[in-house]
Amino acid sequence: MPNKTKNHKNKKPKVTKPHRVSKRGRTKKRLVDIHTSRDRYTPIHEFSPTRDTYEHGIHPMDQYLRPGRIPHIWCSGCGLGSIMTCFIKAVQELDLDASKIAIVSGIGCTGRVAGYMNLDTYHTTHGRAIPFATGLKLAKPDMHVVVYSGDGDLFAIGGNHFIHAARRNVDIDIICVNNYNYAMTGGQVAPTTPIRARTTTTPYGNFEYSFNLPYVAIGSGAVFVARWTALHVRRLKETFKEAILKRGFTFTEVLSPCPSAYNRMNKLGDGLDEMRYYKEHCIIKHGADPAEAKLGIHKDIIVGKFVDKDKPTFMDLYNDELAVVHGKEPTLEISKKK
Amino acid sequence: MRPQVLQGIHFMNGDVACAEGAIAAGCKFFAGYPITPATEIAERMSDRLPEIDGIYIQMEDEMASMAAILGASWGGVKSMTATSGPGFSLMMENYGLGLMTETPCVIVDIMRGGPSTGLPTLVSQGDVMQSRWGTHGDVGVISLVPSSPQEMFDFAIRAFNLSEQYRLPVVILGDEIVAHMTEKVVIPSAEEIKLTPRRHPKVPPSEYLPFAPDDDLVPPMACAGEGYNVHVTGLTHDDRGYPVITPEAQKDLVSRLVNKIRKNANDILDWEEQELEDADIVVIAYGSVARCAKEAVRRARNDGINVGLLRPKTIWPFPEDRVKKLAEYVKLFIVPEVNFGQIAFEVERHSVYHAQTLLIPKMGGDIHTPEEILKAIKEMA
Repeated sequence: MPNKTKNHKNKKPKVTKPHRVSKRGRTKKRLVDIHTSRDRYTPIHEFSPTRDTYEHGIHPMDQYLRPGRIPHIWCSGCGLGSIMTCFIKAVQELDLDASKIAIVSGIGCTGRVAGYMNLDTYHTTHGRAIPFATGLKLAKPDMHVVVYSGDGDLFAIGGNHFIHAARRNVDIDIICVNNYNYAMTGGQVAPTTPIRARTTTTPYGNFEYSFNLPYVAIGSGAVFVARWTALHVRRLKETFKEAILKRGFTFTEVLSPCPSAYNRMNKLGDGLDEMRYYKEHCIIKHGADPAEAKLGIHKDIIVGKFVDKDKPTFMDLYNDELAVVHGKEPTLEISKKK
Repeated sequence: MRPQVLQGIHFMNGDVACAEGAIAAGCKFFAGYPITPATEIAERMSDRLPEIDGIYIQMEDEMASMAAILGASWGGVKSMTATSGPGFSLMMENYGLGLMTETPCVIVDIMRGGPSTGLPTLVSQGDVMQSRWGTHGDVGVISLVPSSPQEMFDFAIRAFNLSEQYRLPVVILGDEIVAHMTEKVVIPSAEEIKLTPRRHPKVPPSEYLPFAPDDDLVPPMACAGEGYNVHVTGLTHDDRGYPVITPEAQKDLVSRLVNKIRKNANDILDWEEQELEDADIVVIAYGSVARCAKEAVRRARNDGINVGLLRPKTIWPFPEDRVKKLAEYVKLFIVPEVNFGQIAFEVERHSVYHAQTLLIPKMGGDIHTPEEILKAIKEMA
């Protein structure tokens, strides 16, 4: 086996370490073979069997993307790609130590973000990204823990976790990409689907009220709440920067076109048509009352930063608790009150 | 302020002993949800963890509790949760995630009568198969069955060690009687407690394959913030942790997850046996029932019956080789358990065509008296 590896190496002198021999003598080549031959989503670049060959970088954002994972699975016209680009740009501009950022995702189209980012990334079970992130953040308080997931994941199956993490003011950042439906499974009704909108499970039109997500977030105790669309790339990037630096539970809703499912069922056109709609119908209104910012089909969209306030986080209060246990004085006003 | 290890002789119940065992093993994170009869574990943890700068958090439900301890484990901290049947059912989802992503942590399930809400305050042993097959898909699991508060303490330490060594959530299957029984518990000094450290990668990030196993089929683990940029997913993944949705990748991964327990079973297995050399009848009992079984075997021996006792301390993996060997000369296995037959079927499976198996079921609420087991032994002798 080692000979074979050597020969292979000779054929491609450009590659420094294409197939290393592991301690057990099994070549790592086997992995690459599995990958190139069977995984249709991740055709591997011929020079990139391992991440170290990517170190020279091809694109300025390349170091934030996992080697061999692009192209992604998202449909053309979907907003997830540009939203992820905004996030990477925000991380770059903040010049954060990449090893101090973790992404936690649930299940769904947005849940796949974790798999593309070259950070510590956790693709968990459906709806459980927030409690997983809570455990991670409390165990690693020096890390920026970002939950990147969809509206169905965060607000239907994971709704209870959302309101409780917001109530505790755990210092995590929630990025919710809202495409008004369950897109990964083909476009079923979600808690964000506007009334009368069609989905594959509401063929006669949705007859349930939908959530107004920023309103839910504020009502639950989030200290930072904003809404943008996939069109507002610069503003979104700035919001991501603010949210990452903000101490406490932050919530950013990002509206995204879903040309394959929601837009198709509702005859809203392709991704570009939806972008045009955002351009014509978005009203930027910082500090707007989120109660007035309800979304609907064929309605204006109020975007902006709705709330930005300061409040001790879960760990601030817990550290005060520890101080009391260890016989010291608590530091926060709220802890001093009996 | 109490130290991390409460060295000395104590009089404590099984739940408290379990919490002390976890803390002695280095547990620094507990996420849970109140449920009878496991609440005392959460209460003890909420009292003790702040003393040693650990974190206690009461989550909104058991799904969140389980997810939180997995997250904390990836944050590099030893973590634990405790629950009972209804909560254990809710944890099955992320128990599966923990097994798939090979996340070390400990789940304590104090068994109460089921199904559903069942008998909140009364004993059962009905979750044995749930701990084996409760989550969907094929997995290798480790479950420990303590039968005294002392073992609740000892097994808590062993559970953490096994979880670190084999990288999986380990289940302690206590039952309500063991959890609420108060007995002498001897806690050794911190130096006497052997702890298994987490297996960290020995290679730099550029060479690290997060799910490429060592010789014992267990991969070294890089936690968050260590610069290894690990992708962890519940999807079927390759050695790099990347999702690969193919039958071949499924075969590679799932067979390893099963085999890492099967092939290391001899190191994991632990049982107690008594007078098996000349036994015609062997009583196989675990948990609180084993205490009564022991007394029944003693009395039957006094009456001249050749009977022995096999008490598994690890119920999963099951000591199947031992049972197979016994079946060569034993004529009957008697399995008293507080369910309608879970381990009895496992015994039967490994002794079929060689020895008979007699189940003495109890539906839950109480355990067998020594007299009931003795009666069965005498009838069959």
